[in-house]
Amino acid sequence: MADRAAEAGPELDDLEALRTMIRIREFEEMCRRLFARGRLPGFVHLYIGQEAVAAGACLALRADDQITSNHRGHGHVIAKGGDPARMFAELLGKADGYCGGKGGSMHIVDFPSGMLGTNGIVGGGIPIATGAAFANQHLGNSRVALSFFGDGATNQGVFFESLNLAALWRLPVIFLAENNQYTEWTRTEDLTVGEITQRAAPFGVPARQVDGNDVTAVHEAVRKAAGRARSGDGPSLIECVTYRWHGHNEGEEAFAGRYRPEAEIEEWKARDPIAALESRLLDDGVVDAARLEAIHTSERDLIEAAHEWALAAPAAPVEDALTDVFSPAGP
Amino acid sequence: MGNSYLVTAMRDGLAEAMREDPAVVLFGEDADRSVMGSTRGLIDEFGPDRVRNIPLSEATIVGCGVGAAAAGLRPVIDLMVSSFFYVTMDQLANQAAKLRYMSGGQVELPIVYFAATGGAGSAAAQHSESPHPTFIQQAGLKVVMPSTPSDAKGLMLAAVRDPNPVVYLQEASLGGTRGPVPEGPYEVPLGQAEVRRNGSDVTVVAVGRTVTVALAVAEELDGEGVSVEVIDPRTLHPWDADTVMESVARTGRLVVLDTARQSCGFAAEVIATACTEAFGSLRAAPVRVCAPDVPMPFAPQLERHLAVDEHKVKAAVLRSLA
Ligand SMILES: Cc1ncc(C[n+]2csc(CCOP(=O)(O)OP(=O)(O)O)c2C)c(N)n1
Ligand SMILES: [Mg+2]
Repeated sequence: MADRAAEAGPELDDLEALRTMIRIREFEEMCRRLFARGRLPGFVHLYIGQEAVAAGACLALRADDQITSNHRGHGHVIAKGGDPARMFAELLGKADGYCGGKGGSMHIVDFPSGMLGTNGIVGGGIPIATGAAFANQHLGNSRVALSFFGDGATNQGVFFESLNLAALWRLPVIFLAENNQYTEWTRTEDLTVGEITQRAAPFGVPARQVDGNDVTAVHEAVRKAAGRARSGDGPSLIECVTYRWHGHNEGEEAFAGRYRPEAEIEEWKARDPIAALESRLLDDGVVDAARLEAIHTSERDLIEAAHEWALAAPAAPVEDALTDVFSPAGP
Repeated sequence: MGNSYLVTAMRDGLAEAMREDPAVVLFGEDADRSVMGSTRGLIDEFGPDRVRNIPLSEATIVGCGVGAAAAGLRPVIDLMVSSFFYVTMDQLANQAAKLRYMSGGQVELPIVYFAATGGAGSAAAQHSESPHPTFIQQAGLKVVMPSTPSDAKGLMLAAVRDPNPVVYLQEASLGGTRGPVPEGPYEVPLGQAEVRRNGSDVTVVAVGRTVTVALAVAEELDGEGVSVEVIDPRTLHPWDADTVMESVARTGRLVVLDTARQSCGFAAEVIATACTEAFGSLRAAPVRVCAPDVPMPFAPQLERHLAVDEHKVKAAVLRSLA
């Protein structure tokens, strides 16, 4: 039996976590501005408020571990090591985008960084992570697969089926539910019975609920789950309780009306995961205000440069619409 | 006669159906708020017992429709986006479409499954399907696709009154189309095509949003001395072959437009029927204009490249005349 402690990943690098969260926030703020100016085609679901989940989870994984994600996936891509410039290029329909303009916001995929796909179908990524975990086990490569999905996705059959299969075969997979307390415009509790963590119990899959706005707590939970998975002990479920500051999608004001109490939004903004980490780092004397300012500036510059690069990149040529259906490789 | 958006007219047809029959119940994700607008306000009139917000469990909801219909209700189920039907395919194709047949005709299943369909606004590959050929293939599902607000209302009422499962597909890009809509309840009968424009040189059969494209091309060609007849089948299964074959017998030329991918699509069916049933009247090879056999890309310029547009349709009509 492998040594559990050695199997678990490294301790959280707080500054790396902070930089990652700020990068995600800046990326999403840019998306918000671009959408408001009519520059972003298609659906855009922002991750602002939930950054600690993506950052904490991905920093607990190895570079060669895999993730799957959902429609609210920009943060996951960045945290797994994605390049914001190629992400913007994708959102703008450019040839240099991750998918050559074919995918867009809901389908950004970056296989080399272990990002096996954001997803437009709620629940769609859960079996894919389960299958990647099977391959990892079968190939004996010690990689772990993690699936990010929302509270809403836990009402899809594939969620339960994946839990069963993963438990049955002790697959190295982590099911990570981001409970942001809404499924589109309806409160989670009006659609989803009981606690999400309880849903793992019948399968004997260990489940934990953590504060999704505490990057350290998320990291610790995923680190343990990854260690478990790598040592052959099978899947885990982690529920991260968090909140999205923005609408379900940008532009929802046109039809959604007011569906969340203002006080609730304010309460969660006061629990900003970035500010929380910053104040801890300040209190602990790890950083001073000037250092924090420098991190913010460098991330903002990085995102602005990424956007500039994407703007200048050539548009995807229209003939590309007809390529990539089948791989020409073969016997 | 009021003037109404297509989605509003569809909603009004649903409201008429709910008013006349308390057995009609509506299920949908965020059915109270309604992203697409097709159920907006219904909860105020009919209450949360009959207008139900459902969890993200499409496969189960589609199957619940079968059970609820078998047990005495007339469920109407909003799948929001037609791509999401794929999540439900067992319940739709193996259960809803086949239970009556398999049971030797013991049961009636008055169910309407509806969703916005088709590529529009860079929604990308998983939100832009035009899956109607897949549903036609199931034999036990009627399939309708309105192209005008007035038909949207009348087809909805007819679909809810029909004793069979009906898949009602509302072109996402036509949701905001405005047009005259009669007041009160009325049906547009299932299985009945509408000749949108009379002509004598070529028959154009156009599905969903391509009707508008066909009419624009017909208008333009009229100025060039070509008389185009435009037929909107409205119901894709079972479809009104009589109206189309009668037209082809007069014009001798056939062009079929469809938003779905070309292979094994509705256009293939119409053309095959013309070739087998009206071969003697054909004066030229039929032509089809469909989406190519690729998923819908995200980038606006790529999406536009695949669309059935006026340029492609005009070229197709001229080819049939050459
Ligand atoms: C199968 C399917 N059904 C419905 C939708 C439409 N939809 C997109 S996101 C969403 C809500 C998802 O809620 P949740 O899983 O909690 O994620 P969140 O948006 O809160 O991050 C819905 C219903 C979809 N994309 N796929
Ligand atoms: Mg949610």
